[in-house]
Amino acid sequence: MRLLINKIFLALSILSAGVGLAFLAWILITLFMKGLSSFHFSLFLNDLIEGGLRNLIVGQMILAGLASLIGIPLGMTAGIYIQEYGQGRYAALIRDLSDIMMSAPSIVIGAFVYAIVVVPMGGTSGFAGAIALAIMMIPVVINTTDSMLSLVPRELREAGIALGASKYKVIIDIVIKAAKVGIMTGILLAFARIIGETAPLLFTSETSNYFSLNLGESFPSLTVSIYDLANEPEESSRDLAWAASFILTVLVLIINLTGRFITRNKK
Amino acid sequence: MPVMKIKKFSFTYSGVEHPSLKSITLPIEKNKITALIGPSGCGKSTLLRSMNRIHDLYPGNKYDGKIELLDFETGKYQNILEIKKENEFIELRQKVGMIFQKPTPFPMSIFDNVAYGLKIAGIKNKSELQDRVEAALKGSALWKEVHDRLDKSAMGLSGGQQQRLCIARAVAVKPEVLLFDEPTSALDPISTGAIEELIVELKKDVSIAIVTHNMQQASRISDYTAFMYLGDLIEYDKTENIFLNPKEKQTEDYITGRFG
Repeated sequence: MRLLINKIFLALSILSAGVGLAFLAWILITLFMKGLSSFHFSLFLNDLIEGGLRNLIVGQMILAGLASLIGIPLGMTAGIYIQEYGQGRYAALIRDLSDIMMSAPSIVIGAFVYAIVVVPMGGTSGFAGAIALAIMMIPVVINTTDSMLSLVPRELREAGIALGASKYKVIIDIVIKAAKVGIMTGILLAFARIIGETAPLLFTSETSNYFSLNLGESFPSLTVSIYDLANEPEESSRDLAWAASFILTVLVLIINLTGRFITRNKK
Repeated sequence: MPVMKIKKFSFTYSGVEHPSLKSITLPIEKNKITALIGPSGCGKSTLLRSMNRIHDLYPGNKYDGKIELLDFETGKYQNILEIKKENEFIELRQKVGMIFQKPTPFPMSIFDNVAYGLKIAGIKNKSELQDRVEAALKGSALWKEVHDRLDKSAMGLSGGQQQRLCIARAVAVKPEVLLFDEPTSALDPISTGAIEELIVELKKDVSIAIVTHNMQQASRISDYTAFMYLGDLIEYDKTENIFLNPKEKQTEDYITGRFG
């Protein structure tokens, strides 16, 4: 009897795993087939207005890059504070808040940034988009930093203090170095996550058909353009959306794999 | 002459009602090895960790009494429990070094590990740094094994080598006292032997206090032994007297293995 239950359970697990994987494979295969058939290297050379994706890819990278410039230092310092300095309720409160923020729907963050940045500034802008992405990123970075620092043994901190180093020096010279690989991987994964976000950008940066480096105006975004293009009636626009989705997926895949590669090599 | 005089010292951990150490009075003699022995929870590590005030990393602990440290320059004693300022703490910890149970190499090169304390002490001159690092590594019997890979990560060393590196790191800043907190309990017998030899060698230059669970170790290397039990100092004497001719019944029971 027990053996039978065992076998049923095993069969069920394999079945559900199979179903999950099948859907994933289906998505990837569709994406690769549709994406590859409309993919061409000229996409990297022309802007959207000329039927290419160059401005969108560059724009998305700039948005995500700027968001990282804002989000990584803020998130890391907050994570360091919680783990190294925070004691008692206040640090616990920040930790809980950050956990809650991590699960906040991204469209809500977009709406929030719309209200506090886009409305006062009088229009959508690259800045607003980057801020929205940064808000998405901060809790992830806080969480990674916090948990990676917590893995550094207490004795290592004490050894630094016992040599006469002050607390901040021990944190900078020793603790962060010891947790470096984990923090870097976490940041890379956070970056991979925000680079594929649409909702926070939808009404903050919007998108643009032209190449632009001016963060004060509507800014080209690959994800928002995929959303727009997919809604167009023409076949050619939807093909372009498939190609863009393909490029985005490959990009995220590469970043993810790099993250895993670093962890595996260093640990 | 003692380098450290512990006088009626009591210690209470943060959030605990009863003191973990009760009115301990004990000298740490100059250029001698003093072993602190006793069963788990007797307070020997707590006492050792008070001598460089590493406890202060965690706020809320209470000190009572005095721990006086000899200043080699003036010949006067300073009560280290009165230290409040950051720069005085740095000075104290450069005078009173510490080696931990588990080896604690920093995630940097072998050279940078040993140079770390020196840089904090304000030594910037490159050739002086090199000389001091070399001297410390030679003094810790590690030079031969690592001299051709000083720029390699310290994490690649074996456990015993890592522990000797930590000793070199502590010795490099020329402390007056070195505190060893069960330095060999994470090591194999051969590495343990090497560390014990090294500790005996070191007492030429520095005074040593060592916490150990291993009574053979205490009898092999120490000059003085303090037996502690439940936060009290039961007996302190020359090591041979403690082991061959203890005055207290509790000491005798412990060293003959009847409890502990």
